[in-house]
Amino acid sequence: MKNKSFVSIDDFTKEEIIEILDMAEEFEKQPIRDLLRNRVIATLFFEPSTRTRLSFESAINKLGGKIIGFADASISSVTKGESLHDTIRMVSSYSDLIVMRHQLEGSARYASEISSVPIINAGDGTNQHPTQTMLDLYSIRKTQGTLDNLNIFMVGDLKYGRTVHSLMMAMSRWNTTFNFISPEELKMPDENKIYLENLGLKYYEHSDFTDIISRADIIYMTRVQKERFSDPIEYEKVKNVYVLKNSMLANTKPNMRILHPLPRVNEISTDVDSSSKAYYFEQALNGVFTRQAILCKVLGIEL
Amino acid sequence: METTDSKETKKKKMSVSAIKDGTVIDHVPAKSLFKVIQILGLDKIDNQITFGTNLNSKKLGKKAIIKISDKLFEADDINRIALVAPDAKLNIIKNYEVIEKKKVVVPDTISGIAECMNPKCITNVEKVTTRFKVISKKNVSLKCHYCEKITNQDNLHII
Repeated sequence: MKNKSFVSIDDFTKEEIIEILDMAEEFEKQPIRDLLRNRVIATLFFEPSTRTRLSFESAINKLGGKIIGFADASISSVTKGESLHDTIRMVSSYSDLIVMRHQLEGSARYASEISSVPIINAGDGTNQHPTQTMLDLYSIRKTQGTLDNLNIFMVGDLKYGRTVHSLMMAMSRWNTTFNFISPEELKMPDENKIYLENLGLKYYEHSDFTDIISRADIIYMTRVQKERFSDPIEYEKVKNVYVLKNSMLANTKPNMRILHPLPRVNEISTDVDSSSKAYYFEQALNGVFTRQAILCKVLGIEL
Repeated sequence: METTDSKETKKKKMSVSAIKDGTVIDHVPAKSLFKVIQILGLDKIDNQITFGTNLNSKKLGKKAIIKISDKLFEADDINRIALVAPDAKLNIIKNYEVIEKKKVVVPDTISGIAECMNPKCITNVEKVTTRFKVISKKNVSLKCHYCEKITNQDNLHII
């Protein structure tokens, strides 16, 4: 596979995902490698995202690549009214690879059809953020030793959270059992549940997770945002139901780990941070290794 | 009695005059007539075209019929109208006789006909030809190739 864009997690087969995870493992052992020497990587952040951008730029720097681009569309010619089409045409002639984040859904797929160089999607609106999914998979495999037959709890905003949708799709390839815990207004969309049913996978929906937490291998926490509720009273009712506290971890499995795509607000209480089951900060570091592997993979670079 | 009946039937049939050779598209919902004309580009060809609309139909209530002289359609072209006229039937006419009947089939992919219902989809902001995968043919449901959101029959807008 050479010069293949990475727009959606479905762009890679199960085998390709495993190859990337294996490669990321090598980068974790030895992150500094001169594999992108003389390569120019464009990072186009039409929508600001400091965390994702720094993670990519760190990955590129560790591989000896050069970076061009912008961190905010207000400093690019987008403000002069340039179309995405023209920006991509221009930048693809200056660079070997484009990493892009854009507020419009489908923008990365469209860019991959215009660009002469591969595109890595660093988030297109509420649609896909596949490098986040890859680092989630990496973190799950690293902490559990396998991706097979796990029981994954997804907690919080399951309606709008693109990270949980992508992770659900990805994990559905490994015979996962899913537990969806969310307020009524933020339930997992039907199309995703139908997707699991068609695959014959088990899923359970709950409005609270205190009593069932002992079954989890992975708890994937997300932020319940006030602005997602049509009725502010509904938010007030549920805002403390989806908060993970250290006292809740007493009867959890020894292998259980807590993940969160970050930033966190109050959904994981800070007394969890010191628990050996808290894994969200390591998870963020894993993002650099997985992005190193993805950069190499799309450019057809072998270790 | 019989003679009157057949005369009446004939009269009915002739409400849109017959063509010698070409294609008759029947069972088009009346409200979709102009969409069908647009999708097939009938407003841009020189062939002789006659059509009738708001004709009584047991099945559709009000139907339209289009007769295009000296024109045959490829299956791929004609299936493009399936989104707006799923029950349409084609009669291929040669020397005033129906020599073949065809039904439209909803294709597996749709390109450039429907709008994506997601206002934040790139296809609604830049000049991008829409593309969909048809995930349900009965109650038409389309998955956008770009934003991956679903557009269903109720939200379907033809470009």
